[in-house]
Amino acid sequence: MSQGQAGAEQRLVTPGMAIGPSTGKRAGSGIIVAEESFIATQLGWLRERNNTVSVDPINAAYMPRSGDLVVGIVAEVRNNLWFMNINGSFQGLLPMSLAPWKVEFGAARQHMDVGDVVLARVQEVDECHNVVLTMKGVGLRRLNQGAVESIPVQHVDRVRGENNALLQRMRDACDCRIMVGENGRAWIEGSSEGISWARSALQQLVQEGHSKGFETILNEMENKTKGDA
Amino acid sequence: MMGGYGDVQLLNDDGSRLDGRKVDEMRPVSIEAGVLPAADGSAMVTHGLNVAVAAVYGPMEAHPRKIQRQDRAVIDVRYNMAPFSTSDRIRPGFNRRSREISKVTAEALESVVLVERYPRSKIRVEIEILAAEAGTRCVGITAAAVALADAGIPMRDMIVGVASGKIEDTVVLDLDKAEDNYGQADLPVGILPNTGEIAFLQMDGDLSPDEFDLAMEYNFKAAKEIHGIMVDALKRKYDGGEA
Repeated sequence: MSQGQAGAEQRLVTPGMAIGPSTGKRAGSGIIVAEESFIATQLGWLRERNNTVSVDPINAAYMPRSGDLVVGIVAEVRNNLWFMNINGSFQGLLPMSLAPWKVEFGAARQHMDVGDVVLARVQEVDECHNVVLTMKGVGLRRLNQGAVESIPVQHVDRVRGENNALLQRMRDACDCRIMVGENGRAWIEGSSEGISWARSALQQLVQEGHSKGFETILNEMENKTKGDA
Repeated sequence: MMGGYGDVQLLNDDGSRLDGRKVDEMRPVSIEAGVLPAADGSAMVTHGLNVAVAAVYGPMEAHPRKIQRQDRAVIDVRYNMAPFSTSDRIRPGFNRRSREISKVTAEALESVVLVERYPRSKIRVEIEILAAEAGTRCVGITAAAVALADAGIPMRDMIVGVASGKIEDTVVLDLDKAEDNYGQADLPVGILPNTGEIAFLQMDGDLSPDEFDLAMEYNFKAAKEIHGIMVDALKRKYDGGEA
């Protein structure tokens, strides 16, 4: 039996699986109610918290929500806006009015070109999944240095840990600046050894994250580093 | 209309089938989830001598724009038989049969996937038949269902493809190649095992109402069995053990 996620009920559910009666409880994400019983709609770990039953999916696509911090990659440039790849079904749109610079019409490319990486926030998502991004805000900027590593969207909270504790521990261990976007992209900046260490920790999470907690992975990595030293 | 060659014997004198199976016995089934690292979800199903691999990509923005639906996702299925999947080489590429199977499979999957969660999106399902021995559309549907679950696509249930038919005036479960070619009827269905609903049904040949009921009884029994194997495959991949 795998460890699953710390604190979660150790039960893997598959789509269509009946979980139990719905009386007195609320259906969270990954759950529908049919004939007064909960039915799982996604493959994942069953979790019950605050009287809400939900499924922590093993695989999931990024669904942008207003306020999300994302690491985006410029995919297209127009006269007055940029289209960003935010690892979702749809590209995010960054109008020049929400860029951190004063941009003249037609001069968008002078500030950011295709392939540039930015730290942005989701300003708005409408019912048709149109995503508007903003770079007006503290810390939102173009990322000129460092590396970007992809992590599964469902593991973002696990990388951060309670109150960003695990993320801070990883930052301290590799002595790098690390930002983890809700869209499953982590930006790492520091020495090449530090970046390499952080990337291998995240890659291990990608490979073994469904059965191993990120804290366990960090412990193993730190022990290995001490052993090598 | 099925072949129905009267002089081909498909049942032994003791009532068993040519491969030794009983009339209500299925060919052996094995399923593996997550076989393709580049896909968002994937599965390989071996059903008798059939081998199908399904890969799921998305949800992604639907292109071209004319196929977008403002209130739901579209499911784009491409069913294809590999040229080496049968004893006679198949000409590569789409043909009338693969187009038909792609369409019915997409419609069956649309009825179980919660498509309303992803407006204007597309979920791409690629089904490749690597080896064929009758019943490939059912095997393809089963593989697609496991691949969709592996990709984290929300569904009401995991659809199971299964078929029954009639040979020598006897209703049998899960036709093999000889039975499919020379039998009297074929009834492939897509079953939602938890709710007992039918998401797709085709019938080739003739069955009386009683024969139809018996064939469906066999199909439901087999669907439960295959569903257990599907769940086991996912648990083996992610939970490190059987259900």
